[in-house]
Amino acid sequence: MGGYPRSPRVDALRKTLLKLQEHNFRSRVRTVTDGAATGLAILSTVLVVAPLVAIFIYLIYKGASSLSWAFFTDIPKPVGEAGGGMANAIAGSAMLLGLGSLIGVPIGISGGIFLAEYGRGTKLANAVRFTADVLNGVPSIVMGIAVYSLIVVPQGHFSAFSGGVALGIMMVPTVCRTTEEMLLMVPNAVREAALALGVPNWRSVLAITVKTASPGIITGCMLAFARVAGETAPLIFTAFGNVGWSSRLDEPIAALPLQIYVYAISPYDEWHRLAWAGALVLIVLIVMAVSLVRYVTSRGVLKGAS
Amino acid sequence: MGVGIEVTNLNAWYGTNHTLQDINLNIPANHATALIGPSGCGKSTFVRCLNRMHETNPIARVTGTVVIGDLDIYKDCKPVEIRRRVGMVFQRPNPFPTMSIYDNVCAGLKLNGYTNRRALDEIVEKSLKNSALWDEVKDDLKKKSGASLSGGQQQRLCIARALAVDPEVILMDEPASALDPVSTSKIEDLIFQLKAQYTIVIVTHNMQQAARVAEKTGFFLNGRMVEFDSTHKIFTNPSDKRTEDYITGRFG
Amino acid sequence: MTRIRFQQSLEDLKEQLLVMAGLAEQAIQRAIEAYRVRDLSICDLVSRSELAINRLERDIDQAALDLLAMEQPMASDLRFILSVIKINADLERVGDAAKSISDRVRAMEQMAAAELPVDIPKMAALAADMVRKCLQSFIEADATMARSVLAMDDAVDAMNRAAYKSLTKVMEEQSHLAPQALNALMISRNLERVADHATNIAEDVIFWVQGADVRHHKSVTGGRDPHAMGG
Repeated sequence: MGGYPRSPRVDALRKTLLKLQEHNFRSRVRTVTDGAATGLAILSTVLVVAPLVAIFIYLIYKGASSLSWAFFTDIPKPVGEAGGGMANAIAGSAMLLGLGSLIGVPIGISGGIFLAEYGRGTKLANAVRFTADVLNGVPSIVMGIAVYSLIVVPQGHFSAFSGGVALGIMMVPTVCRTTEEMLLMVPNAVREAALALGVPNWRSVLAITVKTASPGIITGCMLAFARVAGETAPLIFTAFGNVGWSSRLDEPIAALPLQIYVYAISPYDEWHRLAWAGALVLIVLIVMAVSLVRYVTSRGVLKGAS
Repeated sequence: MGVGIEVTNLNAWYGTNHTLQDINLNIPANHATALIGPSGCGKSTFVRCLNRMHETNPIARVTGTVVIGDLDIYKDCKPVEIRRRVGMVFQRPNPFPTMSIYDNVCAGLKLNGYTNRRALDEIVEKSLKNSALWDEVKDDLKKKSGASLSGGQQQRLCIARALAVDPEVILMDEPASALDPVSTSKIEDLIFQLKAQYTIVIVTHNMQQAARVAEKTGFFLNGRMVEFDSTHKIFTNPSDKRTEDYITGRFG
Repeated sequence: MTRIRFQQSLEDLKEQLLVMAGLAEQAIQRAIEAYRVRDLSICDLVSRSELAINRLERDIDQAALDLLAMEQPMASDLRFILSVIKINADLERVGDAAKSISDRVRAMEQMAAAELPVDIPKMAALAADMVRKCLQSFIEADATMARSVLAMDDAVDAMNRAAYKSLTKVMEEQSHLAPQALNALMISRNLERVADHATNIAEDVIFWVQGADVRHHKSVTGGRDPHAMGG
């Protein structure tokens, strides 16, 4: 650069050029960073979804061939005989999950309502929340053992009832916490609007706040449902399983995950094939159940049900 | 018909914060009364004391008397009862998001156990007509949700909802501050018409609005009521220098 | 302190009005001086200042309109701007009256001198004093001083009525002096008008400062409507 006269105009021009170069460099860096971040996001999504898709495909590959009408209508056949199905396990799971929901959902939602609407900030609420979080972390086998000691032992037998209770208790923390979160997301303005109309607080909570948060609350219930639908450990010591039909609450009952487990650890190939089929059916049923609930409730909400 | 409101020695606290100090005033029936003042002066708190809405905050406390019509609202009845006689419209329109327009309007009635279908239809129509919204929504009453209307329409819906329970007093906390000028004008025209049947108390930041709709105006400052007089006097020749300074923009 | 620009605009408006007031007051005093010394060059000065006064009237009205539209003034600010608009008009009329008087002085030069039973200088002094006082009360926002101006109007009115009586008598009895008498009558009328405008200005000052509308009330000394006679 030496040898040239330093006129102020040239200096200014030089400064501007340097600034432009720097600006260009910085904006290129920004573009690259932006692209990298987008790429990472896509990669993460793929990494998360891939296992799910892989499992699904693998299950179809391994289990679809064993599916037949008999699978859905027959009870298990004794060892050695071909055929048989898991009809009782499917029905049993349905009953256990129904019972579990009947216990877990009301308790969970009530807990969530208490935490969000009545006990906000109180020590009791903090205790409840803490308890729910701890309960969430209890291993499912421990839950099974606990219910075993509390219900099975005094009653003297395994039962669908105890299985339902175990599942229900496991649903409570999820339902409770999501209900609380969803209720907290309802803007205060809506509550005030109801109160200002002279609506008693309990009515406002139920008819307005809970109703407004209901899509989210239902999602919470479904999350809990999906989680316990596949639980095996708690059922080992409570529902116990059953090779035949059962519809009584005080008898042991078959459950799909339990049946899959029993078949999978058995030494028989026939049973292994049935286990794969069972696993596929279990996942499909869960997905169907969740979708059905979504469909029914979304239609209801959009209608602005009177 | 509207009723008058008599406030005597009203004091309000939020926890240890003495938000309102020794408020005394008489709000005339079938008039619009505006309350003006800088942010945090207590005017919103005051209005919420008139329908006991401030009690929804657990650390709130009130002493003094508020008599609406013939009712001492802190002695003679429960908050729920007084809120059916004193309606409230809020700053941000807050229609119930899960309900249709029809359900929004009669929410106050339905949630209090009123179920006569035909009567509800009539009340909904009358309330929407009184809030100048009927013509715009009469074909979509049950199809559209309350939240799908524009801001100005939502606010008129909230007014209709408040009217449906047939109150005697309507409290408005900055009802037009979130709205555009055209919607604001519509709301102001509405207040003018509603005056004949109800007593209206309107809190506003907008002095020109107070001047346009209210016969009487009260100026609040730091939790006290500094001056309460005819709107004409307050805005052309106020008695208190603090009022003068506020409305000429010397502070606030 | 907020709205600094607005405060400044109000100050500027006041300044402008004071400039115009100064010109009007000066015009009246020059017209009276011209009468006293019969100097025609002073009459020219009066005519020229009347043009400046008219221009200022338009400018001040425009500035006041802008402030009303843009700033939404309230209470005392609103009363101030309203008063400025009204005082503006009265000052312009004072300028007109001064020019009329100077025109009469010019006309007098064409006529023979005459002794007339009317004390123009005294009336003039009173009128000039009223103008000075009402403008002072505006500068100092002094309602008490303004009220004292209201009281002075009666004296000027009385003098005008007396002048009317005696000058008509002169016109009837000494008809060769009619032109001079008529001239003097017109000067007296103009001075009475100046006093009225000073009174209006004082009333506007009281409205601005106290928010009280004291127009068209019976005069402090009681009795007759000041606007009844003398045209």
